Amino acid sequence: MATKILKKPETFYERYERNPSADKKMPHYCPGCGHGNVHKMMAEALEDFEVDDRTILISPVGCSVFAYYYFDTGNIQAAHGRAPAVATGIKRAHPESIVISYQGDGDLAAIGTAEILHAANRGENITVFFVNNAIYGMTGGQMAPTTIVGQKTTTTPYGRQPSNEGYPVKVAELISQLDAPVYVERVSLMDNKHRAKARQAIRKAIKNQVDNLGFSLVEILSPCPSGWKLDPVDSLKWIEEYMIPNFPLGVYRDKTKEVQPYSFTRFEPDEEEIKKQLGITRETEKTFPKQEVPQRYQNPEIKVAGFGGQGILLLGAAIAQAGMLENYHVSWLPSYGPEMRGGTANCHVQVRETEVGAPMVSNPTVLIAMNRPSLEKFENDVQQGGIIMYDNSLIDVDPGRKDVEILPVPATKMADELGNTRIANMIALGALMGYTGLMSRETLYESLHAAIKRKRFLEINRKAIDKGYEFGQSKRV
Amino acid sequence: MAKLLMKGNDAIVRGALLAGCRLYFGYPITPASEIAEGAAAYFPKVGGTFLQAESEVAAINMLYGAASGGVRAMTASSSPGISLKMEGVSYAAGAELPCVIVNIMRGGPGLGNIAPEQADYNQVVKGGGHGNYKLPVLAPNSVQEMCNLTMKAFDIADKYRTPVFILADGYIGQMMEPVEFPEPVMHIDRKDWALYADAESKHNLISSIFLDPEELEEHNRKLQKKYALIEQNEIRFETFMCDDAEHLLIGYGIVSRILKTAVEKLRSEGVKIGMIRPVSLFPFPKAIIAELAGKVKNILVVELSNGQMVDDVRLATEFKTPIHFFNRMGGVVPATEEIIEQVKLQLLR
Repeated sequence: MATKILKKPETFYERYERNPSADKKMPHYCPGCGHGNVHKMMAEALEDFEVDDRTILISPVGCSVFAYYYFDTGNIQAAHGRAPAVATGIKRAHPESIVISYQGDGDLAAIGTAEILHAANRGENITVFFVNNAIYGMTGGQMAPTTIVGQKTTTTPYGRQPSNEGYPVKVAELISQLDAPVYVERVSLMDNKHRAKARQAIRKAIKNQVDNLGFSLVEILSPCPSGWKLDPVDSLKWIEEYMIPNFPLGVYRDKTKEVQPYSFTRFEPDEEEIKKQLGITRETEKTFPKQEVPQRYQNPEIKVAGFGGQGILLLGAAIAQAGMLENYHVSWLPSYGPEMRGGTANCHVQVRETEVGAPMVSNPTVLIAMNRPSLEKFENDVQQGGIIMYDNSLIDVDPGRKDVEILPVPATKMADELGNTRIANMIALGALMGYTGLMSRETLYESLHAAIKRKRFLEINRKAIDKGYEFGQSKRV
Repeated sequence: MAKLLMKGNDAIVRGALLAGCRLYFGYPITPASEIAEGAAAYFPKVGGTFLQAESEVAAINMLYGAASGGVRAMTASSSPGISLKMEGVSYAAGAELPCVIVNIMRGGPGLGNIAPEQADYNQVVKGGGHGNYKLPVLAPNSVQEMCNLTMKAFDIADKYRTPVFILADGYIGQMMEPVEFPEPVMHIDRKDWALYADAESKHNLISSIFLDPEELEEHNRKLQKKYALIEQNEIRFETFMCDDAEHLLIGYGIVSRILKTAVEKLRSEGVKIGMIRPVSLFPFPKAIIAELAGKVKNILVVELSNGQMVDDVRLATEFKTPIHFFNRMGGVVPATEEIIEQVKLQLLR
């Protein structure tokens, strides 16, 4: 007859050196506690599947906070309820790891409800062991989310009342309603027969992860003699009498036969590929010479304003882009948040010989107003001697300022003549540059490459810049 | 490499990826959502993972898990989201996990608004969660720094085994400026304390629990030593026209940009004024501030808060130099002219 040698699984440490107590051989759990059973079943499975070296166990807050005393695996201790999120993080960092989130009822079904639900819903390829003993053991016997109706705890001294505390949370049922989990079962530790079933469920939940099948959760109805104030034998009876009627045993979900295993392909691009993928290589290293700019137009502080949809932000960005290409210091700042709503858009652009300090432009030297509200709102902010450029094909009032240069540009009308209203912004860009001589046409063409994402629009935008530039040039004073 | 015009929030994502960060966990919140969106677009392109978490709490705990695995990982949020994350931040500080957390500050308290404020200084610079900890905090004031300091944050995090904060505001996040990108980091050393899901690393334990009071005290002392070392090595600041200054302006982030312009304008009027901006908020550049304070007649600290950093300035100067304060709150950002007016009112009387 073959003999089975009963010994401690190698997944357990020989001596529990992490346990500060003098006894390095015995676990810290109370006599009759179910955690020891569950630990042993897990350790045996991990050893059998030969995955203990790549296993990472997440210890929760609760009596199993010290699960890491025992398991000779990688160990992480997590905050209360957060083990499934921590498990997600380490699993995503090391997809080849076997990650086990070991949680009690308070941890999983009260403070960590969101984390377990969403880890399950994402179908994280992890294994969760949920030890349900209907009480907070570690903190001294308070009500758990799974405390059954009528059960006395230190915080339900008269018994749990549905009118005040609601009903016990049924985790296996809840999780099994989601699409992603592959395996959900509830088992109990009430006797040998049930323990054998529990062992099988625990093995299966680990094996599923070894086979990359997805999210598995096993809920284990487990005795807590200290919390329940019963002796170990009566505790097992209590499971049968009170817990099982509330928490029916069985397989709630099993699609392990149907699912395709996860597969991981590592992608580690080289330096050049990284730069390419990040879009930080520029097509050209070209820079463009600065122009001779009349002193009054140097270091412009520009405000561009108009309706949303007029390409206001793009117009500002093109100025900044062109300035950068001519080796100016530039900045572009959009108005954002509440200011953006209500259909007006504006942005602030600085083009400077020296480093840009404040990027905001409260008193512009150049105002480009593309609609009437913008002109009316910002006209009086323009610095003395500055420029007010406005689209006089849309704005039917004239600026009243006498101490600034006024440049009316029928940008929208000119854009319509070219066949596309939307390029009025580029006509305005060309007109400002033609008028001030701040930047060359070649620079503006080049700036389009960065500003215009769809290449087929390049040509018409170039034309718009030409039209605007010539118009601006003709108005030079 | 040629410069590229880019938004600050985009520069953070590029900087993180160039630093070898390959995992991002986050929850959307204005005005930090662009970082999550950028991460969602770019992390997968270089073999990384972007995961939108179910909550800020989950995001920081996912980061805790990933950092336990010795890889470079990050999260980003804005003020109310950072409040939620503080539980996980405390655990990560206790377990000594290197990771990077970006806070694009907005107006508070409560839901406040989405405009830029600097009211998270105390929350972020003084720890924020429970326990005796501090974290290195870097405060960029340009798009270039959003990239460079994010990269630097990962180095500091790894070097000292600590979470590191990037503390910025909506302006720096939303504005575009030219950026010159550094070369990508191609190798990150294996960490002897981390979990790599292999036999070699499996005896490592990531934990912040020390039941025995004396052990926990010892752990705390070890953390304090680490912070002392960080104070020795990681002080960063920028001075502007301080050499002959008789008056000194102090501000960080977007405020320092406005102060710079104010200094330029005041100098053109003949006022001998300079500026210092702390780049690292912890460690706070106490020594240089004390030194400059000894040379000037008075100081004006400007913040977009009720006066949080100004306390650190007072401590650094030991109240020896008159310190004046000007602030805006609620998302109002002062114009340069407002600063100049305050200088004349408070410093030049």
